Amino acid sequence: MLAKFSLRDLLAGGIFVLAGAYFALEALNYEVGTPFRMGPGFMPLLLGAVLAALGIGVAASGWEKPDREKPLPPSWRGIVLIVGVVIFFGATIRGLGFVPVVFVAAFASAMASRLNSPLFAALLAVGLTVLCTAIFVIGLGMTVPWFGPWLGQ
Amino acid sequence: MDIIGFLGLGFSVALDPINILYCFIGVLLGTLVGVLPGIGPTATIAMLLPITFSLSPAAALIMLAGIYYGAQYGGSTTAILINLPGESSSAVTAIDGYQMAKKGRAGHALATAALGSFFAGTVGTLLLAFFAPPLARAALNFGAPEYFALIVLGLLVSIALAHGSILKALAMIVLGLLLGMVGQDIYTGTPRFTFGVRELYSGLNFVSVAVGIFGVAEILRNLENEKGREVMVKSVSNLWLGKEEFKRIIAPVIRGTALGSILGILPGGGHILASFASYSAEKRLSKNPEEFGHGAIEGVAGPESANNAAAQTSFIPLMTLGIPAHPVMALMVGAFILQGITPGPNVINDQPALFWGIIASMWIGNLLLVMLNLPLIGLWVKMLTIPYRALFPAIVLFACIGCYSINQNVFDIYAIGFFGILGYGLIRLGCEPAPLLLGFVLGPLLEEHLRRAMIISRGDPMIFLERPISATLLGLALLAVLIAILPSIRKKRKEVFVEED
Repeated sequence: MLAKFSLRDLLAGGIFVLAGAYFALEALNYEVGTPFRMGPGFMPLLLGAVLAALGIGVAASGWEKPDREKPLPPSWRGIVLIVGVVIFFGATIRGLGFVPVVFVAAFASAMASRLNSPLFAALLAVGLTVLCTAIFVIGLGMTVPWFGPWLGQ
Repeated sequence: MDIIGFLGLGFSVALDPINILYCFIGVLLGTLVGVLPGIGPTATIAMLLPITFSLSPAAALIMLAGIYYGAQYGGSTTAILINLPGESSSAVTAIDGYQMAKKGRAGHALATAALGSFFAGTVGTLLLAFFAPPLARAALNFGAPEYFALIVLGLLVSIALAHGSILKALAMIVLGLLLGMVGQDIYTGTPRFTFGVRELYSGLNFVSVAVGIFGVAEILRNLENEKGREVMVKSVSNLWLGKEEFKRIIAPVIRGTALGSILGILPGGGHILASFASYSAEKRLSKNPEEFGHGAIEGVAGPESANNAAAQTSFIPLMTLGIPAHPVMALMVGAFILQGITPGPNVINDQPALFWGIIASMWIGNLLLVMLNLPLIGLWVKMLTIPYRALFPAIVLFACIGCYSINQNVFDIYAIGFFGILGYGLIRLGCEPAPLLLGFVLGPLLEEHLRRAMIISRGDPMIFLERPISATLLGLALLAVLIAILPSIRKKRKEVFVEED
């Protein structure tokens, strides 16, 4: 039964149903109001219901159309490193300061590619740190310390 | 003042040395991102939005516009030289352009693309100058119901032009609309969907969403399958077109410009559709259609003119109605708002220098692009050899730094990560990210106008059908959806977009 569905459509539909349900249910906590005087909950409730319905439609549209080709496997190394870099940047920019954060972030994201050697990544990180500091901190006067309070500055 | 007077005013703004400089930076960056792999104008403009905050409104908008139409030029260079369209709209150019390059006529193909684009850009800019003022005047009479209908039309037409499943595109729009509702309600101030996080009270940061789903998601996608690219053409010579070739491209350029100008106004991917439409038209009109696919110069001239004309005319809905036609224009809305200007029909009257300055700068930008692209082609050929693995770390960094610099808000950075993952997942499942961004930008507007319209009509939804303009617009929206789901058109869409993938 499940094998007859397109897994991609089923998953996509599932995401839409979940998202729609979340928005619609959460909207019930706000004042819904009437069509004349709509409250803050009116539009999200309506659109959430529509999204859930569309999600069911998307899942159903994959019926008897199983995926023919296997998609390329995701690069988990890439996902972990790139998303990790973004979170690291947000978590440490205030504490560590611009220069160390940019250097580490550049090195780690360069390592997300299987084709980059650690040496190349390190060289790239040095270059990007200089470039970004020159553009954003010196050139555009971004208000951020070069080295942050966590480093005893 | 008449149109000449206004254009004079525009040129006096655009020819200001500072503005010329930013126009130049814009088209240079645009060409660069068009040429470089894996980064398009949407992500670039999103990343540079924060930087423009410190510029004057005219300089900021002139530069951002330059990035957009500059990328159209750069994209065709990669399409011709390495058969890899840097921009989706230059996918068609690759078909015949690359064949020409293989036969040693890369110079001719590049010259054709540049000249055709310049002509189309000039015409497109003039059309913008002529049609924007009357449209803006008409739009001043629009009330809430008309705006609501217009936004619905914009959203629905965009799915008719998007490729892939229509249901998925619709769902992405609605998801975008819902994400746009995060934050305080405009009328009551009730915080919605904020999880109690203070930073979310003002809504999700637009730049985070755009950079996440267009920048980070794209990088994750490219990391799936890493491969180098071959640059076959090491040097380009013979940029001058012969008399005979010149004759051959005149008609295709004019037809491409006409098609592109009309289709560019449509919401969605008007410029992509325009280049495909122009290619098939040229093929059908040609005396020797068998040449197409083997290096027909018409197959470069027509589509290149079409996509550039469309790039210019897609500014019309933005400048007159404040309604973005596609994600790049949605980012331009963001740029206007960052500068404290609400884009829409009032801009032309309240800020004539800004409005006409942007239009005049487009022509100057197109001129700069011809100069940048033909004599300096050797430089761009060198750029093509920069590997992607050295580029994407810079994109990640610029995204984080740019986003943080807007309001020093750490939460905006986390949002990039979240939307990167969400966008990547959805793209893998066959959902296009563009409708989501369009929905996200238009969501608050849609809600505001709907609620206002319902207050005007005391809760009677018939108001949308009783007002002639809104009824017409909604009728057109319905028509767009019907056309998109008609079986025969569906087949055509498939044919058109298959070549793109």
